[in-house]
Formats: sequence, structure tokens, C-alpha cells
Amino acid sequence: MKASRPLSPHLSVYRFAHTMALSVLHRATGILLSVASIGAVSWLLALAAGPASYARVMGLWQSPLGWLVRVGLLASVAYHLCAGIRHLVFDLGVGLEKHTARRAGQWVIILALLLTAASVGWMCFAGGAR
Amino acid sequence: MAEFTLPAASRYKDIPGKRHPAPAGATRVVNFQIYRFDPDQPDKPRIDHYAIDMDRCGPMVLDALLKIKNEIDPSLTFRRSCREGICGSCSMNIDGVNTLACTKAIADVKRDVKIFPLPHMPVMKDLVTDLTQFYEQYASVKPWLQTKSEAPLGRERLQSKQQQEKVDRPSACILCACCSTSCPSYWWNSDQYLGPAALLASYRWIVDSRDEAQAARLDQLDDAFKLYRCHTIMNCTEACPKDLNPAKAIAEIKKMMAERP
Repeated sequence: MKASRPLSPHLSVYRFAHTMALSVLHRATGILLSVASIGAVSWLLALAAGPASYARVMGLWQSPLGWLVRVGLLASVAYHLCAGIRHLVFDLGVGLEKHTARRAGQWVIILALLLTAASVGWMCFAGGAR
Repeated sequence: MAEFTLPAASRYKDIPGKRHPAPAGATRVVNFQIYRFDPDQPDKPRIDHYAIDMDRCGPMVLDALLKIKNEIDPSLTFRRSCREGICGSCSMNIDGVNTLACTKAIADVKRDVKIFPLPHMPVMKDLVTDLTQFYEQYASVKPWLQTKSEAPLGRERLQSKQQQEKVDRPSACILCACCSTSCPSYWWNSDQYLGPAALLASYRWIVDSRDEAQAARLDQLDDAFKLYRCHTIMNCTEACPKDLNPAKAIAEIKKMMAERP
């Protein structure tokens, strides 16, 4: 290959379709949740260190920003779970026709939103936040 | 490793392209924006604009390209042959999706018709990319019938209707490379990942009832990169101008891999 040959444009020209959106989102939420698991460790550490530190960490989680982060993480869990199940089904060789794959993608989004709404509702009204 | 931006020398927005206005009196004008690169000039790639009078142009994108080459700018370079979707030569990125210029209707594009070469490939000139690696990957799956048993005397190796149906669709691949060059995984790992076209070809022989090299074919694909860089994004199946399903073929290969003793 001649070194002077340019590389043809890719991400900047390819139309960003549902296929790429679903895949990128699955990766992004996966990475986010791996990082966020450190947050879960911080909570356990605070619990082990005694009531004062636990209260401090819980204060952080219950601040407005903490709420926002929690809702984001819940949405990530919900999406990653639903999209992951779609991928497991794909790996069985099922649902790979163009129209069924599209439909499954739509359902992943709908179910993830419903799951997120349900768990936020549980946090707000059923005492899940305490 | 994935490089999300183009190398500096490959950027196509740095220098302005030429503008070819529509002829006087044209009423139905469609604007074409076409990627240009001339290996004999030191310049970076650029986008040229051509305003085409649709009353004097055929309905397909290939018709417009030929009109430009014949009447406006003979230096425009692209591959084409059959103009009916069976040779696979005029594959390119049109309106953001890889497809064949000869089967893509201009009327289906609702804005300016943007035409780029197949994505993430070395550009030889304008819309012509270097497909050497793509063909090598195709050859690496040994896309021919491999047998150990004696050929039957006086007749072909016969197949039942059901056996033929398994290979009927995958055999319709025209190797246009629309699928492989639509795949982000292939963009980032084309040196190791075989890509949907080569894997579809491999599948076509793995499921062929007459082929006797299934085990060797699967052995060859049993690799973290060759096969398993497929993340079932499904850009390949969405792009295929022949309406084939490379994503499903790859999933079937993964299944066979998992079910192997």
C-alpha cells in the first residue's frame, strides 16, 4: 500500500443509525457501570468505618447531584441489562432478521425506560431511597 | 486501536472543492457533493460540488456519475461495470450508507447527494479504494469446495432441495465490500478481523452439504480476532445491497463454534 494514500472518511460520513447507537450505548453503559462499581465499594467502606462516615457518604448520595448520578446509573443498569439480553438472544441465532432486530432494538429502549421509571418511582415513593 | 479521527493528510474539509453550476434553464436541479482525491497532485482530498439537471439525467446515482464524467469532469474516477447490481463494482458510500451506485435511486435521497468512497479504506483515486486486503481475507477462507471422498462416477455431487437452500442466499454475495466497510469493528481491526463478507463466504462453504472441510474451516476461524470481533452491531446486514444477512451467518458460525466438542 502506498503511504501517500489517504484513508477514506468513516465515522464522520457514515449515517449514525440505530445499529450503531444501540451498540455504542451498550459499550458506554458497560464502561460506566464498571467505573461506578467503585462507588458501590465506597458505600461499603463507609458502612464498615462506622456511623459518622456512613452518614457523610449517604449525605452525598442524597444530595441533588447524588440523585442525578443514581438515576443515571439506574438507567445504565436498565439499558445494559435489556441490551445484553438482546445480545444473548442474538447469540442463539434468533432475531437477526433486519426487521426483527430493529424491533428488538426499539423494545430494548422502551423496556429500559420503563425499568428506569419503575426503579426511580420505587426510590421516591416506596422508601427505596432511605 | 481505534482511531476515531482521520489522519491529518486524509482530512477532506481543509481545502475548498470546485463548484460546477447547473446549466442555464435547468429546473429540476440536484446537488452532488463528491469526494475527490488525485494521487498525482500533492493536495489533500476535497469535496467537489456538481449541480445536475435531472431532466437530462438518468434516475440512478450511477447515471449522474456517468453524466458528470462524460459531460462535466472527465477526471472523476470510479469503478462500474454491469449497471444492474450484479458485478459489485460501483459500491460506495451514498447519503451516509454503503450501497451500489447503480441500484440507488437519486430520488431516494432527500437532500444533497453526498458520495464518498467505501469508508476506512486506502483511497487510490476519487471513489476508488484499494481492496487488496479485502480480497486477501476472502481468499483466506478458501472459498471453494474442498472434498476428501472420491467424486461420484459420471455425475455431480448431488444436493437435496433443502441442502441447496442453505447455500442459496449466501452464494448471492457479489463481494462489493459494502458490508465489511460499514462495520465499525472492521474499521478499527481490519488487519485482524476478517469482516462480514469473508465470514459470510466461509459460512457458505461450512454449511454446504458437499464440502468436507467443515472442521478445518472452523479451526481456522477459532480466533479472538478473525471471528469474534463481530459485536452484532448489524451495520453489515443493514448495508447489504443484495439483502443478504452476514450478521446471521456470523452468529451461526459462533453457534457452531460453541457446540463443537
